[in-house]
Amino acid sequence: MAINSILSLMIWLPIIGGIALLCIGDNDNKRQEYIRFIALAVTAVTLLLGVNLYFDFDQTLSTMQFIERISWIQSLGIEYSLGIDGLSAPLILLTAFITPIVVISSWRSITLRPSQYFAAFLILEGLMIGVFSALDAILFYVFWEAMLVPMFLIIGIWGGERRIYATIKFFLYTFLGSVLMLVSFIYLQNVTGVFDLLYFMDTPLTMLEQKLIFIAFLLAFAVKVPMWPVHTWLPDAHVEAPTGGSVILAAIMLKMGGYGFIRLSMPITPDASNYFSFMMIALSLIAVTYIGFVALMQKDMKKLIAYSSIAHMGFVTLGFFIVWSFAYTAEGALGVTGGMVQMISHGLISGAMFLCVGVLYDRVHSREIGDYGGVANTMPIFAAFMVFFSMSNAGLPGTSGFVGEFMVILASFKANIWYAFLAATTLILGAAYTLWMVKRVLYGEVANNNVAELTDLGKREFLVLSILAISILIVGVWPAPIVDMMSASIDNLLLQISNTKIPEIG
Amino acid sequence: MTSTNLHLLIVLLPLMAAIIAGFFGSLIGKKGAHQVTISAVGVSFLLSAYLLIKSFAGTFQAENYNLYTWALSGSLSMEIGFLIDRLSLLMMVVVTFVSLMVHIYTIGYMQEDSGYQRFFSFISLFTFSMLMLVMSNNFLQLFFGWEAVGLVSYLLIGFWFKRESAVVANLKAFLVNRVGDFGFLLGIAGLVMLTNTLDYYEVFNKAEFIATQDIQIIDGVSWNAMTVICILLFIGAMGKSAQAPLHVWLPDSMEGPTPISALIHAATMVTAGIFMVARMSPLFELSEVALAFIVVIGAVTAFFMGILGIVQNDIKRVVAYSTLSQLGYMTVALGVSAYGAAIFHLMTHAFFKALLFLAAGSVIIAMHHEQDIRKMGGLKKYMPITYITSLIGTLALIGFPGSAGFFSKDALIEAVKHSHWIGQGMVYWVAYTSVLLGVFVTALYSFRMFFLVFHGKERMDKETKEHLHETPTVVTAPLVLLAIPSVVIGWLTIEPILFGGFFKDAIQVLPEHNVLLNMAKDFHGSWNFLIHSFSASLAFYLALLGFLLAWFLYIQRPELPHKIKNKFKGLFKLLEQKYYFDKLWMNVFPGTGKSIGQFLWKQGDEKLIDGALVNGTAKTVRSLAFLVRNIQTGYLYHYAFVMIVGLVTVLTWFLWAF
Repeated sequence: MAINSILSLMIWLPIIGGIALLCIGDNDNKRQEYIRFIALAVTAVTLLLGVNLYFDFDQTLSTMQFIERISWIQSLGIEYSLGIDGLSAPLILLTAFITPIVVISSWRSITLRPSQYFAAFLILEGLMIGVFSALDAILFYVFWEAMLVPMFLIIGIWGGERRIYATIKFFLYTFLGSVLMLVSFIYLQNVTGVFDLLYFMDTPLTMLEQKLIFIAFLLAFAVKVPMWPVHTWLPDAHVEAPTGGSVILAAIMLKMGGYGFIRLSMPITPDASNYFSFMMIALSLIAVTYIGFVALMQKDMKKLIAYSSIAHMGFVTLGFFIVWSFAYTAEGALGVTGGMVQMISHGLISGAMFLCVGVLYDRVHSREIGDYGGVANTMPIFAAFMVFFSMSNAGLPGTSGFVGEFMVILASFKANIWYAFLAATTLILGAAYTLWMVKRVLYGEVANNNVAELTDLGKREFLVLSILAISILIVGVWPAPIVDMMSASIDNLLLQISNTKIPEIG
Repeated sequence: MTSTNLHLLIVLLPLMAAIIAGFFGSLIGKKGAHQVTISAVGVSFLLSAYLLIKSFAGTFQAENYNLYTWALSGSLSMEIGFLIDRLSLLMMVVVTFVSLMVHIYTIGYMQEDSGYQRFFSFISLFTFSMLMLVMSNNFLQLFFGWEAVGLVSYLLIGFWFKRESAVVANLKAFLVNRVGDFGFLLGIAGLVMLTNTLDYYEVFNKAEFIATQDIQIIDGVSWNAMTVICILLFIGAMGKSAQAPLHVWLPDSMEGPTPISALIHAATMVTAGIFMVARMSPLFELSEVALAFIVVIGAVTAFFMGILGIVQNDIKRVVAYSTLSQLGYMTVALGVSAYGAAIFHLMTHAFFKALLFLAAGSVIIAMHHEQDIRKMGGLKKYMPITYITSLIGTLALIGFPGSAGFFSKDALIEAVKHSHWIGQGMVYWVAYTSVLLGVFVTALYSFRMFFLVFHGKERMDKETKEHLHETPTVVTAPLVLLAIPSVVIGWLTIEPILFGGFFKDAIQVLPEHNVLLNMAKDFHGSWNFLIHSFSASLAFYLALLGFLLAWFLYIQRPELPHKIKNKFKGLFKLLEQKYYFDKLWMNVFPGTGKSIGQFLWKQGDEKLIDGALVNGTAKTVRSLAFLVRNIQTGYLYHYAFVMIVGLVTVLTWFLWAF
């Protein structure tokens, strides 16, 4: 069934739903009950729209689909234009998939101003889908910045003790990067006369222009990914964020960075991307190894998972930027595909890992590894889930965590044997920090009274973790559906960036 | 039924049984769990056996087909599929048979355990993973099976997760295996780079091409691609098949329940590395450097790990070190291109080593979970079936003429002796003396344990002694069923498997390496082979010597070992510390890793990036702001402003500096 303006619908339905929740408020218990169901219903409908989108999506096309175009601010050439291809569609589906999970998992754990809490997530969902589908630079920028507000509030209001420090750090880091992105957009508009992202991609630019624009973009995207050394906001933000906030942050917001690189940096400034590719590869490999070691020493479970996220996202940027190590960019398809799959997979796995920590936090109110021990004795079902997710995090074949890393390692061997060597250390480091945490939290004798009094998963928790576990397995056993969705667009991208954009002099 | 369905059934039945026992364990109860899993594995075994027997009738054709496309990216198609030739069929039969025996045995061994259903679910899951590994027709699925068996091994070593020692052991096992997998994955990546495929046959077809290529290590230094790739692949095998120096996890894996020590850590999983190298024979054949590397690693493991068996006092650890040593033997055989001999020894070893472990488990049950052989003795009269079957297993292990182990080990040693291509240099002598002296060591530690457990003084406490009796039928029946092949399988199958072209194209050997073919010319039936060993082989006499020494030391003069130990304290310390490899793995590597992590975190992230860059910028801003307070105020704004300025400066520098 083809639905008109389905992208607009997926953006505005949650936003309007969120505003409605704010209007309803949560003055009495009855309303509190209503808003939960409304939030669930809205996210569920958005997910169904996503399913519809998947079936209507034409995988053979490499161009934009579901295009919507309305003039917005005519005098400046700003348009409300949306459209998706194989690079954005999987991320939109991921967003539509994760948000209802967050709603269900926060069902009872949030008692402070629930209407505002759920509203923030709904609005955030709409804005994130907006980022992934915007084809106009200003529209993209508006969604991009607006997205910060709900997340800022989620951490600032429902966060932990040091939430103010974390929010300021989070806001400044991310805001700072994006300001220069806006400057680049305005510059590009001066050159082209429009704010059309697709038009930007075809516009010739000198090397200097490309370098400057690349760096402006780099600031915006590297902070989001986050890449070393602009990553230190992430562990703080995660530690202070409520569980739902952490899930969205890790599962989707980090993907904005990767998406930015592949949607904007690579096609708009291919020559500069080529020029800086070694630096990008080096930073990615530092993320994999350096951060892998740092994760080993974390005492706070959320910090550990946050650091592990940084290391895993290193594979995304590595997969993207090794494209320029080959004689023909088309040979980079495996790496780019791996990077894309890694984004989806990391969304599922990191979300699940943060939910697991949330389950424990709801009961014991501690994230310290040292406060646990022997949890498997009192929560055997939870322990089974956590071992499974940890194994996925360690990249076990048969889970989604393996797919992207496998592809990127295969591709990087081709680029340079040492890239692959460093990237493959994740096999050891990833297993070491994840399973060492599992050992200390789950195994052993019951460590203390808190652990002794733990109760196993409730129905809602079980449901949420099962859904994620099944998705992780499906993607691991049969990644073809996701890969097929992307491949036409990836091939197109690689073709696009194979030509220099530097104008010929004379 | 088509053969595809048949293959699928063999693989998927254990998986389904694992799912049922794992998720619905409390619903179906203990009895339901073992019934489901045993019938599934039983059917898998019967079907595998049927296929193997059928392969002898008429002309056998290997089946190689893909089931589905896992993913397709660029020009690389990643498939899931099966390759069923006699090599995989043999492995399938061995795996499912030993698994079936262990399933039955578990009913008795785990009777009282609260994790009964979980245990059955895990061992069925293991059977599935192992079958995926041996039936694969491509490197992707091989790696899946490879890591999946590692996962189940991790779960089962830590089965009793309350014990600190068990959860240390399982973490160690997984991480050491990951070190191996690190090499393995890079090896696969190397193959993909040169051939752009993951399919075995397609890779093998390009083997000649790979051998002509070079891989640049650093500028100006290039190594032969085949050598690099084969050594990387073999590092994977070193992890899984516990070859020195990646052997350290196997003895500790004995923390797991005994049935899995038999199934996973003796008969099947640890032989995956051996199987893998045999499967890759078309590749390994083309790199003599890699083969020589394999010979040396195998020889070192075979001899030095065997010696450690002599000083161990835990009944399971003695058998574990013996497994390490026997795996070393198989590895040596691979290295001298006698892949058939390696697989043949793998098969006989699977039977008699599973038997030895299960017998050890039977003793442990009778002794109420006492595992120290110094506290046993004289069990012969209490446990006649366990005694006889243990004797059979021990004789097979030391290669007593006529037993299964005799045929495989003797053939293996002959192959090493006659292998020409490694020449008469260092590698040859290291290999040959190791495997020969290893025979003596094997007989010594095997009969040391055997005598200490079943003969001599009864050293257990009174209460244990009163309760001593033979274990129930579910335990002894698998012992008997495993004892039968431990006696006859060598006699019956040496001719077809080793010298009859059994493996056909599954194993490919260059004519100039083909030592087994040369041996086949002198082979005139099992009986002659047996007689021949008395006259022409040193091995028999070395084994006899080992046996006599064990008898002298532990039956005749039981006070002697203690005196010897006191005399050579330094040497014993070295052996008891297992050549200090454990210290290296448990203290040095994790310690270094932790220090690096701590340093990068505290100095890199917190001090440098957060302290100097982020907060430092903020502080600078604040002091600057203090000066220009009249112009502007507001902490947030300043913070942002100076950070932008700072970063623009840094990046401008980047831009022009590069």
